[in-house]
Amino acid sequence: MIRVALAAVMALICALPARAIEITEVTSPGGITAWLVEAHDIPFTALEIHFRGGASLDAPGKRGAINLMTATLEEGAGTMDSQGFAEATEALAAQFSFDVGDDSLNISARMLTENRDKAVDLLREALINPHFDQASLDRVRGQVQSIIASDAQDPNAIAGQKFRALAFGDHPYGSSLNGTADSVKALTREDMFDAKARVMARDRLVVSAVGDITADELGALLDRLLGDLPATGAPMPPRAELHLTGGTTVVDYDTPQSVVIFGQPGLAMDDPDFFAAYVLNQILGEGGFSSRLMAEVREKRGLTYGIYTYLVTRDLAETWQGSFASANEKVAEAIEVTRAEWARAAKGEVTDTELSEAKTYLTGAYPLRFDGNDQIAAILAGMQLNHMPIDYINTRNAQVEAVTREDVARVAKRLLDADALRFVVVGRPVGVKGDAL
Amino acid sequence: MVRASLAAAFLWFVAAPLWASPVSHFTLENGLEAVVIEDHRAPVVVHMVWYKVGSADELRGKSGIAHYFEHLMFKGTDTMAAGELSKTVAANGGSDNAFTSYDYTAYYQRIAADRLELVMKMEADRMRHLKISPDDWKTERDVILEERAQRTDSDPGALFGEQKNAAQFLNHPYGTPIIGWRQEMEALTRDDALAWYPKYYAPNNAVLVVAGDVTPDQVRTLAETYYGVLAPTPDLPERQRPQEPPQLAERRLVFPDARVAQPYLSRSYLAPERDPGDQKQAAALTVLAEVLGGNSATSVLGRKLIFGDGSAIYASAYYDGMAIDDTTFNLAVMPVADVTLPEAEAALDRALADFLKEGIDPAQFERIRTRIRASEIYAQDNTEGLARRYGEALASGFSIEDVQSWPDVLMSVTEEDVMAAAHAVFDKRHAVTGYLTRPEQEAAQ
Repeated sequence: MIRVALAAVMALICALPARAIEITEVTSPGGITAWLVEAHDIPFTALEIHFRGGASLDAPGKRGAINLMTATLEEGAGTMDSQGFAEATEALAAQFSFDVGDDSLNISARMLTENRDKAVDLLREALINPHFDQASLDRVRGQVQSIIASDAQDPNAIAGQKFRALAFGDHPYGSSLNGTADSVKALTREDMFDAKARVMARDRLVVSAVGDITADELGALLDRLLGDLPATGAPMPPRAELHLTGGTTVVDYDTPQSVVIFGQPGLAMDDPDFFAAYVLNQILGEGGFSSRLMAEVREKRGLTYGIYTYLVTRDLAETWQGSFASANEKVAEAIEVTRAEWARAAKGEVTDTELSEAKTYLTGAYPLRFDGNDQIAAILAGMQLNHMPIDYINTRNAQVEAVTREDVARVAKRLLDADALRFVVVGRPVGVKGDAL
Repeated sequence: MVRASLAAAFLWFVAAPLWASPVSHFTLENGLEAVVIEDHRAPVVVHMVWYKVGSADELRGKSGIAHYFEHLMFKGTDTMAAGELSKTVAANGGSDNAFTSYDYTAYYQRIAADRLELVMKMEADRMRHLKISPDDWKTERDVILEERAQRTDSDPGALFGEQKNAAQFLNHPYGTPIIGWRQEMEALTRDDALAWYPKYYAPNNAVLVVAGDVTPDQVRTLAETYYGVLAPTPDLPERQRPQEPPQLAERRLVFPDARVAQPYLSRSYLAPERDPGDQKQAAALTVLAEVLGGNSATSVLGRKLIFGDGSAIYASAYYDGMAIDDTTFNLAVMPVADVTLPEAEAALDRALADFLKEGIDPAQFERIRTRIRASEIYAQDNTEGLARRYGEALASGFSIEDVQSWPDVLMSVTEEDVMAAAHAVFDKRHAVTGYLTRPEQEAAQ
């Protein structure tokens, strides 16, 4: 076990967030880097471990392998079977979660200070020595198959699936990371070890820790927990080409309320106009009860319970999307109003009041996110995954403040296009025709 | 009615571990109870008002009014335009929302601590001075119907739960969905809302919870300024709901829906709720739910049904005693593909019968106790969660002492207590067993 003191390379005090947060970049003796915020008020530590690439690193023909592997990590490892691992976790009152998305595989841990070393040893077994034994694999496979079957009957999942297929085609983004019933059925134990080797490697690792732990303690923890992972994994997938076209796609489904997902091309977080688009999105559809779409579709007309838009910035593609649900008889009007608002927004005309309200919300809400060790750990991991500098927290609000009406107008005209908007409608919409694709 | 503490200035602290947030409590002269939870780690505050009224207090035939009214609370006052509260909160970087349950309706804002006065002023304003314009109420009724369509009608599991709950409660309003039955929602009017409001939205029927970077003195001064001036409702009625008659017959139902992908069975037993000052039985049932279904790898049902005979994909047990009247203890099993629902039910019944004979594995019991202890440490990281814990309890008639002693009551539960609770609750005459199936499977059974 390595217990050598290490160098805290960089410490930075961020004045803006709620509690003045001091982020320290810690590099372990073995060379693993993590961002740390020490908070010794409550005797536990929140730890976030992310591997870039996530489920998009599935090997060709093995869709669903990384997801199934992730869900099976805790089902037996080292000297413990599945139940033994769960018992050991309970006995330490540690909490581990294993999850995977399109862009990263995420492990979140909460560990009490009083038994943190034991909790780390336990988690290490799942990360380094998982069994993927056939019985556990088949049991978890059954759970995944059940989710796939449920998604096939769930209007929200059907809409999401259709939209991603239209947008991204054959790229991994174009299909569910769960895989299909057939692809999951065919996965073997060997595929699990391969899937793990593709994604769980040190060259794509992002770590953050917040809580009752010092830099020295974290350094030792990193080497103990992650030092024996392989150095490299599979090459990252290519950028996803966006195949979206304007129009409407209807998926017939017998349900009283239609689910709608709509979207068009978006922009990357490092785009010079990103913050202008971010503010515009707030005005258009992100601002809850204050947004234009909520006012027009819900408050004035009662056509939906809620409508939201979001800038989706994945690692390998960007879209500007939104969603709502509306009774089959009303959904045509809701789509029409949405498209009209989109066209209005595309003109780029926002009032001074809209702009200043959006900015005060965004700048005021940002510090409120830093509330609790778990949230801060997740934010620090997200910053690293998005290649943000360690002082991003200090500059972020200034970037929001700097957005002018001209900036908003420019990005609106450049990007927003009601004719480029694709609506995917799942239900029995009255008066909505899908185009042939 | 309001607790015995005479007038305002009653303020106290409770001994707790070093890491626990200080909690204080006071009552204004007009009957408003207030709880202050200090967490000075971040300059953020959560401001909540919990009204001691929920859907179980509705008149028969007016289901959904409690929740509909919650929506109308955003429609403005003499001094605030419709939607202005949310807009103002957002313009100050905060977030706000509201929720309705059987026993309470609550409104909350989360905002920078130095804006507490701003939100308190607006929340106090709408406690007594709401205006529902003749234009707004019909559109908002459309919104709640869309909400019902989204949350319930589009989800066979939710529809099934609604039907099952209605079968569980023969007389108590817990059998009526919080959002309301659609045909009654469609008939709700502005007059219904105006009848609901003045009686229940009053300081002596509300609990204020403020949590975060504040001091009790600050909160008391602000609360006296904004809430203290509001008139209480005289002769507030006791919360007496129609009670259950003796339940003498097991109920069973089958709910077929073409949208069902994964059939499952769900069973609820009528079960006692937590009682103010007497939480032992509910604590035993809470631990029982952990023992039976808390963790799918280590719980009794997980061991027997998922790992043992392999009949289930999922098996769970659930109990939440926070209620005013009798509630339910719930079990659910989703069978694997080649096991039918009747077979899964037989396996569940065998597992329960075996458990009642075998008792509790002492090692499992000890691990559960460890987790109960640790959950109090983790809970301190979530101020909003703590605020909800106090608000929900006080709005349901519990005291601060009840909330604070709950972890100790849980820790005092013995294996014998749990087994006694299990023997008492698993009585099929008080149970509803439901199958959620696809139509062709129903035909095959």
